[in-house]
Amino acid sequence: MLLKKLTQSQRMAAAGMLVTASLILNKTVGYEWITIVVMMASTLVAGVPIMLNAAKALKYRIVGIDALVTIAVIGAWFIGEYWEAAAVTFLFMFGNYLESKTIEKTRSSIQALLALAPDTARVRREGGETIISPKEVQIGEEVIVKPGEKICVDGTIMDGSAYINQSAITGESIPVNKGLNDTVFSGTMIESGYLIVRADKVGEDTTFARILQMVEEAQDNKAKTQKFLEKFARYYTPFIIIMAVVIYMITQDIVMALTLLVIACPGALVISAPVSIVAGIGNGAKRGVLFKGGEMMEKLYAVKAVAFDKTGTLTMGKPAVTRIITYGIPEKELLKLAAIGEAYSEHPLARAIVDQATKNFGTIKEVPADVEIIAGQGISFTYEGQQFFIGNRKLFAAYGLQSDKYEYDLAAEEEQGQTAVMIGNTKGVLGIISIADQIREDAEEVIHDLKSMGIQKVVMLTGDNTRAAKAISDQLRLDEYYGELLPQNKVQVLEQLQAKYGVVAMVGDGVNDAPALASADLGIAMGGTGSDVAIETGDVVLMSGQLSKLAYAVALSRTTVRNMKQNIYFALLVAALLLIGVLVKKVNLSFGMFLHELSVLLVIVNAIRLLGYGKRRRTGKSIEFTNVGREVQ
Amino acid sequence: MAIKLYQLETVSCPSCIVKIEKMLSKTAGVHSSEVLFNSSRVRVSFDDNEISSEAIKSSIVKLGYKVLGEK
Repeated sequence: MLLKKLTQSQRMAAAGMLVTASLILNKTVGYEWITIVVMMASTLVAGVPIMLNAAKALKYRIVGIDALVTIAVIGAWFIGEYWEAAAVTFLFMFGNYLESKTIEKTRSSIQALLALAPDTARVRREGGETIISPKEVQIGEEVIVKPGEKICVDGTIMDGSAYINQSAITGESIPVNKGLNDTVFSGTMIESGYLIVRADKVGEDTTFARILQMVEEAQDNKAKTQKFLEKFARYYTPFIIIMAVVIYMITQDIVMALTLLVIACPGALVISAPVSIVAGIGNGAKRGVLFKGGEMMEKLYAVKAVAFDKTGTLTMGKPAVTRIITYGIPEKELLKLAAIGEAYSEHPLARAIVDQATKNFGTIKEVPADVEIIAGQGISFTYEGQQFFIGNRKLFAAYGLQSDKYEYDLAAEEEQGQTAVMIGNTKGVLGIISIADQIREDAEEVIHDLKSMGIQKVVMLTGDNTRAAKAISDQLRLDEYYGELLPQNKVQVLEQLQAKYGVVAMVGDGVNDAPALASADLGIAMGGTGSDVAIETGDVVLMSGQLSKLAYAVALSRTTVRNMKQNIYFALLVAALLLIGVLVKKVNLSFGMFLHELSVLLVIVNAIRLLGYGKRRRTGKSIEFTNVGREVQ
Repeated sequence: MAIKLYQLETVSCPSCIVKIEKMLSKTAGVHSSEVLFNSSRVRVSFDDNEISSEAIKSSIVKLGYKVLGEK
């Protein structure tokens, strides 16, 4: 049968032409037999697939929207409303076509991310290069990656160096330079350079594959509101159908009964939440913020208090030199001297001094003599024939050196949460170097942003000593801080906050604060490439490890939930107005179908707006999403 | 008990969700089912002694939806 074989667009064009022709005929020839025949032809062209779908569903005794439209069309023919029948079928088909086109757009961000998965791998086998599927790469094999190609495994660079765009994982598109022994990730792309990579993780085990799986699952992880709406829709349709039957039996008004059938499926309501959620999650995923579902969007939207972990979250988790105080010698000289002595020490504080000196003067080539490491105190060494000491009070006391007169400076530094190290020679102290875990560059701004967004309390939880906690809290202007907490204490503090403020989010790196992340209403984990724990434990993951993305995540959740609410209220309003319109006879069959389809489209178009969110910079300095903080490791 | 995911062609109509879920809920051996609207997949949990994955697939196809893959 010819009517069955048309493609969708051919069918639509044919029905469109027939509908137009019937309108023209109606104007010129009038409502004659020829006009009616064209109207019926149009109805059949557009209506046959609808009827077939209805029949398929009826076999399972399901009355879907197709069946309702079919009944309405047959009813319209029965009472001689041929134009109404043609218009209803055409509008239904055309509406569905536009919906499928536009709804794909709401999913486009996530689809684009999924499409980033590498599809070929170039491996070294039997002395040559073979191109295979990334799934077939074995752990330990060497993979060759050229410019413009994607790395297909998580691995270690064995040879070569390259500028790598890691945006697939971090949302950050500024390329990073990597070389020998650096770790690289599947899904990232070489912009220039050449690499030979040893495969450490392949296929489903790579970080990227796991992110993709999370995102794929996230888009259908329903928001609470959505579950409610689905229940509502489930009762709404049978209710309207029964109403149509009752009205027909009482009033014998067949047009009203048929029109009710056409509006019985609240399509806009059913998709109002999912289209917003998928667009919002897609927007986040593109910019390095992974929401694990619609529910997480709703929770972040409702957050009243935010608790931060200290080490690794508000700070970099890496000690660095913060201040140098000297007594009679230049700062540079003191730093260099300290670095020469500390060059062979493995102590984290020593590393901080050497790093700082290397940054200022390049690699230190001078070599100390007679290095002696005194555990728990420091070191002594000889350089250019003179003996020097680097260490704490105990060390200087042990050598009978006067450190009391520098006590004021030492105490002042320690009061600020710094670890102060003295450098001296046999005559006395030459200077003090203060070392501390550095606060992330974007920490202060994020806390300021959160407060200006109306978050009531921003606090810090840490296992570190209270003095260090206070110093950081003061600097960042936090509302409260809790120091010397064991993991279980963190959970208790969170419970207190929940009782006092309501919804509480915990931000951590997922390494030592997993219980706290899990017990908060919402766990927000700092990612950074390769931190698998964070990706697993967080409800929301800041994939680039940039704290500044937190403000973006909050803003995005608010915009998304607002968008969802607009859709829901609009859909409810349309459903109510349609019902009233039909009952007061202001809405007939074709107009009812038109409004129904239009409302579905408007809901989708509203959700599509979310995809562009964040492209424009917000006014002032409030939120700017550029590369702040450390380089991603 | 088995849980399977069936990938469909792009699902875009709101009423498809209801139709597929209703059909599966009436199918013997199926415990629960959920249409994942945004990823166009159906998650079905069923008793594999009572109904085969093939049978579930073919009833989705009979309802008018192509099944592109399963896992």
